[in-house]
Amino acid sequence: MARMKFLLDAERCIECNACVTACKNEHEVPWGINRRRVVTINDGKPGERSISMACMHCTDAPCAAVCPVSCFYTTADAVVLHDKDLCIGCGYCFYACPFGAPQYPRVGNFGSRGKMDKCTYCAGGPQADNIEAEYVQYGSNRLAEGKLPLCAEMCSTKALLAGDGQVIAQIYRERVQKRGYGSGAWGWRTAYRETVAI
Amino acid sequence: MLIKRSEARAGKQRLAAAYQGLSSGGLDRRAFLKQAGVTGVGLAALGAIPLTTVRPAQAGPMNHAQPVTRVKNICTHCSVGCTVTAEVQNGVWVGQEPTWESPINRGTHCAKGAAVRELVHGDRRLKYPMKLVGGQWQRMSWDQALDEIADKLMAVRQASGPDSTFWLGSAKFSNEGAYLYRKFAAFMGTNSVDHQARICHSTTVAGVANTWGYGAMTNSYNDIRNSKTIMIMGGNPAEAHPVSLQHVLAGKEINRANMIVIDPRFTRTAAHATEYVRIRPGTDIPIIWGILWHIFENGWEDKEFIRQRVYGMDDVRAEVAKWNPAEVERVTGVPGAQLRSVAEKFATQKPSTLIWCMGATQKTVGTANVRAFSILLLATGNVGGDGNGANIFRGHCNVQGATDLGLDVTSLPLYYGLAEGAWKHWSRVWEVSYESLLARFDSKAMMEAPGIPTTRYFDAVTLPKDQVQQRDNTKAMVVFGHGGNTVTRMPDAVKGLEKLDLLVVADPHPTTFAVLANRRDNTYLLPICTQFECDGSRTASNRSIQWGYQVVKPIFESKTDYEVMYRLAGALDKAAEKRNMPVRFQAEMFKNIEVRGQEPVAESILREINRGGWSTGYTGQSPERLKLHMQHQDKFDLVTLRAKADAPAEIANDFYGLPWPCWGTPEMRHPGTHILYNTNLPVKDGGGTFRARFGLERNGVSLLADGSYSKDSQIQDGYPEFTVAVLKRLGWFDDLTAAEKASLERHFGANIDSASWSTDLSGGIQRVAIAHGCIPFGNGKARANAWNLPDPVPVHREPIYTPRTDLIAQYPTLPDRRAFRLPHLGQSVQNRAKDLAPNFPIILTSGRLVEYEGGGEETRSNKWLAELQQDMFVEINPRDAAARNIRDGAWVLVNGPEMPQGKATRMKALVTERVGPGVAWMPFHFAGWFMQEDQRSKYPQGTDPIVLGESVNAVTTYGYDPVTFMQETKVTLCQIRAA
Repeated sequence: MARMKFLLDAERCIECNACVTACKNEHEVPWGINRRRVVTINDGKPGERSISMACMHCTDAPCAAVCPVSCFYTTADAVVLHDKDLCIGCGYCFYACPFGAPQYPRVGNFGSRGKMDKCTYCAGGPQADNIEAEYVQYGSNRLAEGKLPLCAEMCSTKALLAGDGQVIAQIYRERVQKRGYGSGAWGWRTAYRETVAI
Repeated sequence: MLIKRSEARAGKQRLAAAYQGLSSGGLDRRAFLKQAGVTGVGLAALGAIPLTTVRPAQAGPMNHAQPVTRVKNICTHCSVGCTVTAEVQNGVWVGQEPTWESPINRGTHCAKGAAVRELVHGDRRLKYPMKLVGGQWQRMSWDQALDEIADKLMAVRQASGPDSTFWLGSAKFSNEGAYLYRKFAAFMGTNSVDHQARICHSTTVAGVANTWGYGAMTNSYNDIRNSKTIMIMGGNPAEAHPVSLQHVLAGKEINRANMIVIDPRFTRTAAHATEYVRIRPGTDIPIIWGILWHIFENGWEDKEFIRQRVYGMDDVRAEVAKWNPAEVERVTGVPGAQLRSVAEKFATQKPSTLIWCMGATQKTVGTANVRAFSILLLATGNVGGDGNGANIFRGHCNVQGATDLGLDVTSLPLYYGLAEGAWKHWSRVWEVSYESLLARFDSKAMMEAPGIPTTRYFDAVTLPKDQVQQRDNTKAMVVFGHGGNTVTRMPDAVKGLEKLDLLVVADPHPTTFAVLANRRDNTYLLPICTQFECDGSRTASNRSIQWGYQVVKPIFESKTDYEVMYRLAGALDKAAEKRNMPVRFQAEMFKNIEVRGQEPVAESILREINRGGWSTGYTGQSPERLKLHMQHQDKFDLVTLRAKADAPAEIANDFYGLPWPCWGTPEMRHPGTHILYNTNLPVKDGGGTFRARFGLERNGVSLLADGSYSKDSQIQDGYPEFTVAVLKRLGWFDDLTAAEKASLERHFGANIDSASWSTDLSGGIQRVAIAHGCIPFGNGKARANAWNLPDPVPVHREPIYTPRTDLIAQYPTLPDRRAFRLPHLGQSVQNRAKDLAPNFPIILTSGRLVEYEGGGEETRSNKWLAELQQDMFVEINPRDAAARNIRDGAWVLVNGPEMPQGKATRMKALVTERVGPGVAWMPFHFAGWFMQEDQRSKYPQGTDPIVLGESVNAVTTYGYDPVTFMQETKVTLCQIRAA
């Protein structure tokens, strides 16, 4: 079985935000919830790099480790999903996540959190694949249709790669060998406890 | 919890709450359908869908049990030409999938392209025709709106003449829409018809066409993959053309190419460069001459290329000699050593390409800048081959096509100009008499005089009548697809708009035009659908033409450009009849165009373009061929754009999108021209030479190429453009078929010898020339000296508002002059500005954000995009911010030297080293706040964009290029203070 991962090539990311709007468009994510976002470091200075960021679908996901209601589960493709019917919006996962992935809609006037929402790797939720109930809670399920996450598919410079970890690591490796530079597969050590050796 | 906006009320409410206090209320498509029930509008929007399916007419989700139709169209934002694959169910656009097979975008998009589906869900679109009555918007029917508009237009035409109407068209038109609009103005009897090219690349078109023949990108985005040195000057494609970076970065990676960015601002593009050069805004020519100084000094120029293919390079040497490293550093701030390294790379690590955008063009010296850029390419032999060339990134999705098709005050479609010969050519194509066209104008002189450009329309309204060289001031303005905040000097524009007798805005959104001025009556809004709701072709920046298919029927009561023009022509007929005016429109204009119901058919309009577009090679791209290319996108090579070996016979050997010139008739099967002026290919295979359009000789020096010719040419030297006379002299006249000769005979009679490759409607002259391996437009030299321009060899001229007042005496702007029917007071304003400069110590420049486009009305109404950029801001250097006690994210007030006393604009500060000390930068997409007035309540209910903000053009100032009246947006002065 494939082990699905994201890989962001920071030498290619230009902060065009296609990944952000592709995600919004595909899942109709409401204003204020960002499953994916682009962060720019050293903005406006030499060494500036942009990084597209979402849930990385970690190996031994820390969110799952701290969840008091055990709403997280990992699919056979190693995608980390959660069950919104179990989620109590406690926010523990937000504190545990090294990538700031969990998002919470505000449901009241006193800052109370609604049920957590995050990137599903375009793999929906615990319901049957591609039924309306799944779409309403989690968005579309592209993986079930044999497609990859739309953010990576639409990335303008093909900086964001999604797919089987070994395949995308190989694509990245070849790229770095060809061009002679690369700042590493961003976030891999944290998420997957490994790096891409060139 | 993720809430589907089409299903769950809560989501809608929460979204609404996010804009609380911002929105003047509204109606989304679903609510609209619900209210409209099953009558009229609802049905029109849904087309032939049975009534029982009205309920599922919502954004999603996709019903996986139902069939899905996939429709291809082209993204309606920048000029890269990304294919959009829409998934349609029950007449509703429910999903968007990557288009892997497109050789241009290979499935990818930027933020805008990935969010286009939202455009046709239209929560904030204009829903029906409206007019202002006593300052209030009122709904009206299409028929009534068009009748009233037509009557008022004819009243203006009767009282003040046709030139008192101003027709502003759009780079968002399809080719067919653009062509029809130009034709419309011609039938109205005025040349005052313009569009966004005036304010984006008009100086490129003028400068580049005056150098080597055509004013367009010479190569393609894909071809940049072949470059070894990529120089980007005055452009930020990472934000303005994100998908182009896929090709640029591929070139950088695969060839380990140099990527040099020259810009006042350390842009997102600069972040990926191998070398970044920061310059003072407005010093492009000194930089280029500084680079050339090193090239000439070290003998790095391409001497053979210059000898064979360039005229007047010695005149350039004389000017360049003045720009030694010390003088360049004094004027531009760039050290000599850095430019030496740039010069060496550009001249010796070839192929090198030079990419530019509006940083070069939107200047008082725009044309001269572009000329200098072209000369650098010529001097280094970097034109006409793989991986080199002038890769001019155009701005809008069809600004190339709209420019080609003559939405330009100086030309009829396809660069024929306005001289009698041009009118006669188009009268033959349109099958109307030249005399009948002449009768539509005030006079023959006005028929051949360039019209009022969009940068100055308000001056034509407000200046004293005797200063505007036409019968009367501009009185009526019709705007299709154009923002009201895109032109400089907005405080002056307000006065012009208020004085107009009639203002018509035809657009998917109300635009800034609807709210900027305090008009109370005689203002109409017509809802036009987007290009996703319409068939038609569009020309990407690389001259490839792509056919877009209608994804869904026009939503709400919106109509296509074609239908509105057709019906307006009909309404004008009625109005003319009522007023006993002899002029008529509809029957003659649409004489050879198929009309279905009330809608002209796009394919039929393109065929008319094919019948007339000889000068630019718009003749071979029949709708059938373009559709085949869309169908077989996967059969084209990523780098060469050539059809691959396994391509079906009907597209074999073609270049993707038949990039113009695609010579001859469609039946001739010319493959299009991927790289212009490429002598390495035979003409029939897409090769060519520099165009011989400037005569045969100048002061005894030949202007024809010297020993250079395209592959397989039977004339192995320079030659003039082809006419019947030239064919006869060469003994090739009898290669014409009987039918071709008969056509020439019929159209030219006794003057047959004067018929040329660009006026012969049979295409015979082109066919014969190409059969002999020759290019129809002749084989000439490119001009380093363009003697017909104000500065034949570009010279540095300080911006009108410059902080370096000490340099004005040595490098003054051009003396005052007249052009385009108006006075041009550059030097007077510069002399006055000199005294104002100390009070405005910061240079203000402007540019694009990736999330928005153009005036921004459409993209700021798209919630996926609006969420990403919620505030207008100004970038300011930490040093300047500290001196003014301005913190990052704080509100600031910005004012400029031409703003009314005591007024200022209010926006947020972004304190960043991206701009250098003494320089501030603003995005130009915002509007809806005007000098601190929030104009949200002035929009018709529910059509206000989600995000409003101050416009940079409230601050920008006087300044125009002498050749095209391009506005200066890149260098002015301002003062910033904490709010």
